[in-house]
Amino acid sequence: MSVWSLLAKRLGLGILTLFAVSLLIFGAVEALPGDIAQQVLGQTATPDALAALRREMGLDRPAVLRYVDWLVGAAQGEFGVSMANRRPVADMIGPRLLNTLFLASVAAAIAVPLSIGLGVMAALWRGTTFDRTANVATLTSISSPEFFLGYILILFLAVQNPVFPSISNINPTMSFGDRLYRTMLPALTLTLVVTAHMMRMTRAAIINLLASPYIEMARLKGMPPAIVILRHALPNALAPIINVVAINLAYLITGVVLVEVVFVYPGVGQLLVDSVSRRDFPVVQACCLIFAATYVLLNLSADVLAILSNPRLRRPKT
Amino acid sequence: MARNQHPLLEIRDLRIEGYADEKWFEIVHGVDLTLHRGEVLGLIGESGAGKSTIGLAAMGYTRDGCRISGGTITFDGIELTSTPEEVRRSLRGARIAYVAQSAAASFNPAHRLIDQHTEAPVQHGARSRRESAEDAVALYRRLRLPNPDEIGFRYPHQVSGGQLQRCMTAMAMSCRPDLIIFDEPTTALDVTTQIEVLAAIRDIVEQFGTAAIYITHDLAVVAQMADRIKVLLKGREVEEAETRVMLDAPREEYTRSLWAVRSFARAQNQPPAPSETPVVSVRGVTAAYGATTVLRDVSFDMHQGRTVAVVGESGSGKSTAARVITGLLPPVSGGVMLDGAPLPGDFRRRTREQLRQVQMIYQMADTALNPRQRIGEIIGRPVEFYLGLRGVKRKQRVDELLDQIELDPSKYYERYPAELSGGQKQRIGIARALAAEPKFIICDEVTSALDQLVAEGILKLLDRLQRELGLAYMFITHDLATVRAIADEVVVMKDGQVVEAGPKDQMFEPPHHPYTDLLLSSVPEMDPDWLTRLLQARGVENIGEAASARMDGG
Repeated sequence: MSVWSLLAKRLGLGILTLFAVSLLIFGAVEALPGDIAQQVLGQTATPDALAALRREMGLDRPAVLRYVDWLVGAAQGEFGVSMANRRPVADMIGPRLLNTLFLASVAAAIAVPLSIGLGVMAALWRGTTFDRTANVATLTSISSPEFFLGYILILFLAVQNPVFPSISNINPTMSFGDRLYRTMLPALTLTLVVTAHMMRMTRAAIINLLASPYIEMARLKGMPPAIVILRHALPNALAPIINVVAINLAYLITGVVLVEVVFVYPGVGQLLVDSVSRRDFPVVQACCLIFAATYVLLNLSADVLAILSNPRLRRPKT
Repeated sequence: MARNQHPLLEIRDLRIEGYADEKWFEIVHGVDLTLHRGEVLGLIGESGAGKSTIGLAAMGYTRDGCRISGGTITFDGIELTSTPEEVRRSLRGARIAYVAQSAAASFNPAHRLIDQHTEAPVQHGARSRRESAEDAVALYRRLRLPNPDEIGFRYPHQVSGGQLQRCMTAMAMSCRPDLIIFDEPTTALDVTTQIEVLAAIRDIVEQFGTAAIYITHDLAVVAQMADRIKVLLKGREVEEAETRVMLDAPREEYTRSLWAVRSFARAQNQPPAPSETPVVSVRGVTAAYGATTVLRDVSFDMHQGRTVAVVGESGSGKSTAARVITGLLPPVSGGVMLDGAPLPGDFRRRTREQLRQVQMIYQMADTALNPRQRIGEIIGRPVEFYLGLRGVKRKQRVDELLDQIELDPSKYYERYPAELSGGQKQRIGIARALAAEPKFIICDEVTSALDQLVAEGILKLLDRLQRELGLAYMFITHDLATVRAIADEVVVMKDGQVVEAGPKDQMFEPPHHPYTDLLLSSVPEMDPDWLTRLLQARGVENIGEAASARMDGG
């Protein structure tokens, strides 16, 4: 199978997944008791007022038509208007999505090189104190709840040693450096959460290959251990590593709810939590769809990268 | 050969331990080895003899789970066991190089061949990357690889096995080492490819005056390559002598028994009467995997009490023919007849009685037996399924079958496959096939994973069972020595077609199809001058892949 047909297949599957997720989201909201009109006008509203609002919002039309409208709108970036303040959902999510992406990027920029580096070193010095310490430390951090880690970091890096601010209330007027500075604690918290998974997968993927004949060949050519690992094992271990990195990046974007709340960070996660408590369905739907799209997109890129890292797929037999 | 100098490699009382079941135990028990510059020493022995372990130890290297526990290894005055790892590393690849059994697995799939070739010279500071790349092309040309200017820029998966093995030999030469360890370099190759690689290795070793340790279990191969031969058995030396002396007059009983293996042959059965209905008849079968046609109009018959050997190289369609007969791969056209009646193409549509008549024995007894079932269960299951025997009767039948394959029922009934040796496992595979009481058994490379002595035992057993039970065998093999030993008829396949078929005595007598001729002439003989004479007679251009490929045009 050529690379292109492989990619087309993955892309098609991704779109299908998104479609299924959109159905689920819409269906779930539809299944909730009461509707938006009821929610907006409250329990005391008259039937006439309800009917008028429903007509105005198009809620009297069949669910299928509303779903199609919503989906077509979502595809164009139009998610309707918020019930809470009547602002377009897209305008509410836009800046916050950028904030969340900024936080995720900072966390990824720290976590991905750190965990792959630690994984490579743990594989190189497997069985040593370094290996065991790295394993125990990362396992401890992944086993602790995010809010706990967040508070520990606040305690040590904001309260006892005031290095970073404990509240990450960034806004678009700040300089890049200032935003980076204020984002550091939530980014470090996220790093602690995702490093273990990526590091252990890197270590395992490399160690898995160390019994291969071509690794023995590299050693018998007199290559030093570091080159054996970096040049001969790592390129062949990339596919599983890329996949686990993609899953963790997706988590960085979609799983930040708690961390954003702890640090009062103005991201999508905060918005989602607020919207759920306000029962602002259009916003909740839009957030869920964006999160699902993030997962699909990241996994798709992981597939593409894994294919590109494999010469057997990149260059089929002549 | 400069015998007056001090030896290049001197191993004294080498002891190596392996780690298993949480303790160390010795696997090499005090082996001595002396190698002079420019000399080729053959190390032969069965699996478990310690050949590869000793070969790697000559580089000061042990695999994970092994350690050198005693003795000395002196390479050109450097004692490898006590020298620091950095010194050993500086020798590996630079002055002692290694050529592995499977080139396909030993080249890194992520890098181009030439980048792997230039790695060692650059690392050891022997040559610059550019010089080494130019040298690689020169070596590729010297080893008669096709497109020497271009082949290095391919990835390993884009190059055939025989060519990869020559690329690996070139890579071993990249720093012009004093010593190369060849660890079964042609074992994984087809005969026609093997001969080409052998010729290339011998040529380049002579050209550069490199000393070599040539490890193999194939006596005929080592006879072509080595000046001296050392025979090993279970980590101990049996004897060592000059190649010709060793071949003509082996001193030890064990060596003589190795030599004698190839002498097993049974008489060819009388051809069947023309009126006799074949047990299984393959009629004009064409079969395909997806869009790729792998069998084209294949026909041959198998009669009661006779053995048909199907020979050919990997990819010739031998095993696919077996899959069609067993119903695992329904043919596109044509079909299979059992006792003159057509068999459904798909095994799911065959009756239990039809399934019972066609049984199979596999190449890898290791993977063909369920490791979680006891022997009694493995053999008892088909007894129950096909014959409906239960309880005591089933146990009795399994005991009979174990007796037939010469394993004591009281000892083996309760055992698991992991507790058995390779040859015993293959016997269990035979018993499982016999349990169905079939008329016809497909033996798919049943001896190729076994040592020669063990393989001979299996062949004798199969022969005895055929005479006692009147079985018809289809014997798939690439080993012509096996064909000589057991076949009544031979079917030669190439690229999914039957190129020649007939009684064995005719097949080994000229004239025959040029491909059969190429195949037969490529089988190494126990004569140290065989390769030299063959190369003189045919010329280097008329052996191996090139010759085989030319026949496709004709």
